Amino acid sequence: MSPGPSLLGLYRPGSTVVHRAPLRLRMAVLGLFGVGVVVLRGPGPAIVAVLLAVLTAAVARLPLAATLRGLRPVLLTAAVVLAYQTWQRGWPVGVEVSGDLVALVVAGTVVTATTPTDVLLDGLSRAVRPLHRFGVPPEGFALAVALMLRTVPAIGDLFTEVRDAARARGLERSPRAQLVPFAVRAVGRSRAVGEALAARGIGD
Amino acid sequence: MIELHAAGVSVPGTSGDTGRVLLDPVSCTLAERRIAVIGANGSGKSTLARMVNGLRPATTGRVVTCGLDVARHGAAVRSRVGFVFTDPDAQLVMPTALEDVALSLRRTVQDRAERDDRARLVLARIGLAEHAGTPVHALSGGQKQLLALAGVLATGPEVLVCDEPTTLLDLRWRRVVDGLLEEVDAQLLLVTHDLDAARRADRVLLVDEGRVVADGDPVATVERYVDMMALR
Repeated sequence: MSPGPSLLGLYRPGSTVVHRAPLRLRMAVLGLFGVGVVVLRGPGPAIVAVLLAVLTAAVARLPLAATLRGLRPVLLTAAVVLAYQTWQRGWPVGVEVSGDLVALVVAGTVVTATTPTDVLLDGLSRAVRPLHRFGVPPEGFALAVALMLRTVPAIGDLFTEVRDAARARGLERSPRAQLVPFAVRAVGRSRAVGEALAARGIGD
Repeated sequence: MIELHAAGVSVPGTSGDTGRVLLDPVSCTLAERRIAVIGANGSGKSTLARMVNGLRPATTGRVVTCGLDVARHGAAVRSRVGFVFTDPDAQLVMPTALEDVALSLRRTVQDRAERDDRARLVLARIGLAEHAGTPVHALSGGQKQLLALAGVLATGPEVLVCDEPTTLLDLRWRRVVDGLLEEVDAQLLLVTHDLDAARRADRVLLVDEGRVVADGDPVATVERYVDMMALR
């Protein structure tokens, strides 16, 4: 059993104004927010975007500990990006790139944490229905998103298992001993998931 | 009802290789309520089980499940045949237990509230009611396998195929899953290494090196398997 659930990809029931807002509105705001984050350059807008995303998460009353636990990999990545970009291109770029990353992930987390996956599936199916004529199956697209949400913690568990196995063999300093089995098991798992989906008649 | 008409599976070889037979053609009609399939690892048990719902298409012969030709009506067959895998992690695709069971009902129940209600009933039936909102990855191995079973039972399958569903479980969860499988109304095809479970079946198929080498009385077939393995 895992030590404790992280928040990424997990619905948290509630009755806040964010929870009650129609899914369409939340998705539209998220889309506009994403465009704004990408278009507006410089460290100032990035900092404002992070503050806005965090404020929305607070309004939605997302539990702080679980949220931080789920965001830990993203925050670590953002720290590495901040250091690298600051070294290579100066602190304004470092703050902008890492801030944009954190803002987008926090905003996305607010939407998934305030929306039951079932509702998200229906909403996404409706949203991509016009693409059906171009060969994009709406249910398949929505299911892919749901699978991605479920896969976030599963991939984390998989990486921990592979890392522990490498440690047990004294290979903790060998990237190959960790990355190769991780990749092989991730592909194997995706094949098994595909087979299980077919067995459940999902996507038929 | 499962009918195998000279149904077998072989895989094409690569250059210079003639290919490999995974399962020799087998003909039989499986009408009993509980059928067990036993055999050594790699003997072809899972291939046989996967032919039943078309996950592994027969390359020779014909498979008819629930009166439908699997090759021609694969989707319709899979809507009538539930399948439980050894590793439940591959089978559980939604973030929480309730959502995963509800996913199984999406095709047949359009109303979301009704879907959730029915999913809760299924969870209660298998003893996971208090875990409805629990993230799937936070469940124990035994709870995950129960949930996988719940997702399958929610659709009311006519045939339930279980491919070593208790292999990864401890004794406690093995007993829980075995108990639930005893109670299901559907026809059960159980691939297993648990010889006690096989003895309780109505009929046992013994698969060895890609061939069904014995088929019939559970006690006699299990004894034959034990004798066969003792000689290796």
